[in-house]
Amino acid sequence: MDTVIEARRLSKDYAHDDNRVSALKDVDLEVARGALLALMGPSGSGKSTLLHLVAAMDRPTSGEVLVLGQDPHSLGGRELARWRNVHIGFIFQSFNLIPVLTALENVALPLKLTNLSTREQVEHAVTALELVGLRDRMNHFPRQLSGGQEQRVAIARAIVTDPDLILADEPTGNLDASSANDVLSLLSVLNSEHGKTVVLVTHDPHAAHYAKSIRYLDKGVLLPEGQVPQDWIAAPISRSFQPMPDVRSEA
Amino acid sequence: MTALGIALSVMILVASLALVNGLRTVFKNTANPLQLLVLRKGATSELGSVISTEASRILRAKAGVATDSAGRPLASAEVINVANLPSVDNPKGMNVTVRGLNEMGIEMRSVRLAEGRWFRPGLREIVVGKAVAKRYPSAQVGNRVRFGKGDWEIVGVMDGGDSALDSEIWGDLNEIASDYNRQESANSVLLRATDPVTLDALKHSIEDDLQLGATALTEMDYYESQTSSGAPLEFLGIFVAVVMAIGGGFATTNTMYAAVARRAKEIGTLRTLGFTEGSILLSFFTEALLLSLAAGVLGGVLALPLNWVTTGVGRVASFSEISFRFRVGAAAMFSGLIFALVLGVLGGVLPARAAAKKEILSALREG
Repeated sequence: MDTVIEARRLSKDYAHDDNRVSALKDVDLEVARGALLALMGPSGSGKSTLLHLVAAMDRPTSGEVLVLGQDPHSLGGRELARWRNVHIGFIFQSFNLIPVLTALENVALPLKLTNLSTREQVEHAVTALELVGLRDRMNHFPRQLSGGQEQRVAIARAIVTDPDLILADEPTGNLDASSANDVLSLLSVLNSEHGKTVVLVTHDPHAAHYAKSIRYLDKGVLLPEGQVPQDWIAAPISRSFQPMPDVRSEA
Repeated sequence: MTALGIALSVMILVASLALVNGLRTVFKNTANPLQLLVLRKGATSELGSVISTEASRILRAKAGVATDSAGRPLASAEVINVANLPSVDNPKGMNVTVRGLNEMGIEMRSVRLAEGRWFRPGLREIVVGKAVAKRYPSAQVGNRVRFGKGDWEIVGVMDGGDSALDSEIWGDLNEIASDYNRQESANSVLLRATDPVTLDALKHSIEDDLQLGATALTEMDYYESQTSSGAPLEFLGIFVAVVMAIGGGFATTNTMYAAVARRAKEIGTLRTLGFTEGSILLSFFTEALLLSLAAGVLGGVLALPLNWVTTGVGRVASFSEISFRFRVGAAAMFSGLIFALVLGVLGGVLPARAAAKKEILSALREG
């Protein structure tokens, strides 16, 4: 098996005044290439913390995480930045598009760090926008797009460098049910048809419909496969999802 | 507001430099590189100098003094005094330099008549410089002005080519000298050397002549020293500009810190996409520089209309006013832009560093 993520006894503590809070406790996790894993759990369970450690956006208190066989936390500032650019596509809950740039410019942004010519950068960005069904919106600014469209632009930005790993932190958290379906099915397509490894953080059980596997976190502890937190099982379902539309047909 | 603050600082700086530049141009335009101004030893200005008639005669006969086509030496003994005339800025009156000279004195200078005619020997007639005509309402051709022992008729306006002569009143040497009881002496003697090498020899010859008790300054040096009239204004202008610049620098810092705080999420996002700390620092630093550069250009543009402003400063050396036009030259504009960029650097470096040093997660959470 080709392992993309390998976490060993990964822990993260936060200090608040004199108190230390354990956000993640001795997490062991392996994610194989081609996986579409949903990390689930209630708020504060440590799922976003785990994602941030994998993306090297934060440093672990102890333990190690290898991504594609390399510990990103051992890299220096410039190498780490380059590593993020090449290997990680990150999708935020609130899209995080640059408001003064068009959809095309937003998508092309990570390509500014590559050796591609301007023309090639535009070509790649247009292809990515085409893939998410937004070629006709490429000259729109974020304020001119709906939430679902903004998130699809953000997905295009995440995949434009053709990274090995796509990390999505609550990608449907700010979307209505229909747009959430679009985004989730798009991630599913990227996984199944383009072979991208996707790790999806969500606290919404319906997102699990799109995942090949699900792991639960509870109070910073990664539960064994198949185990669900007790209070999670009892929680009411907050959303009602529509059948999945084929986003590619919109393009 | 930040850009406006910097722009005003730059405008004041450029105005101060334009003032000194204007004053310097006036004096530079007055000086002829081949001419020597002879004053009493120890005197620093014409007004404080006395040259006897005998000394004037000796000076005229010195070897190395150029002659005109008729063989007359290019030498002019001149009497200087001040007259008080009501001006545009000061209705109670400002001092104007009055120069008594003969025809040779006029020939030795680059002046032309802009209006009327030259004064005639033996008559109480005067010609005023164009700056005097502009700034003193009574100093118009056909008018009579009172100074010395009586009235003087203005018969012409002269154009000294934006030189200090534009701020003077000229009349016949004997008439002016008589009015101020200076028949036995002059204040200065203007001499023209035949060539630059002779100029130096002539200067030494005069200064080594103990009988004369005189000092000889090149016109260039004399008028350069007169530029100090603008020094207090220059100092005040630069002082105000620097004080405002400190405020402008803090405003830049404040604005950039606000930009960093406002765009924290953007910074976090860019770092997540692979941008380095260095590129974030460069980006905010460049923004601060562009902001200050734009403000610098604005300040320069705001100062440009000064090019059409004529003003006057009092000359301590002659107790009189000299008129000049502000000159916003390329050097002043360039200095203004450099000044603005320095403000940008000082004001932008700390916020840019703060932006670059932000932890990705805290930046994303701040936004």
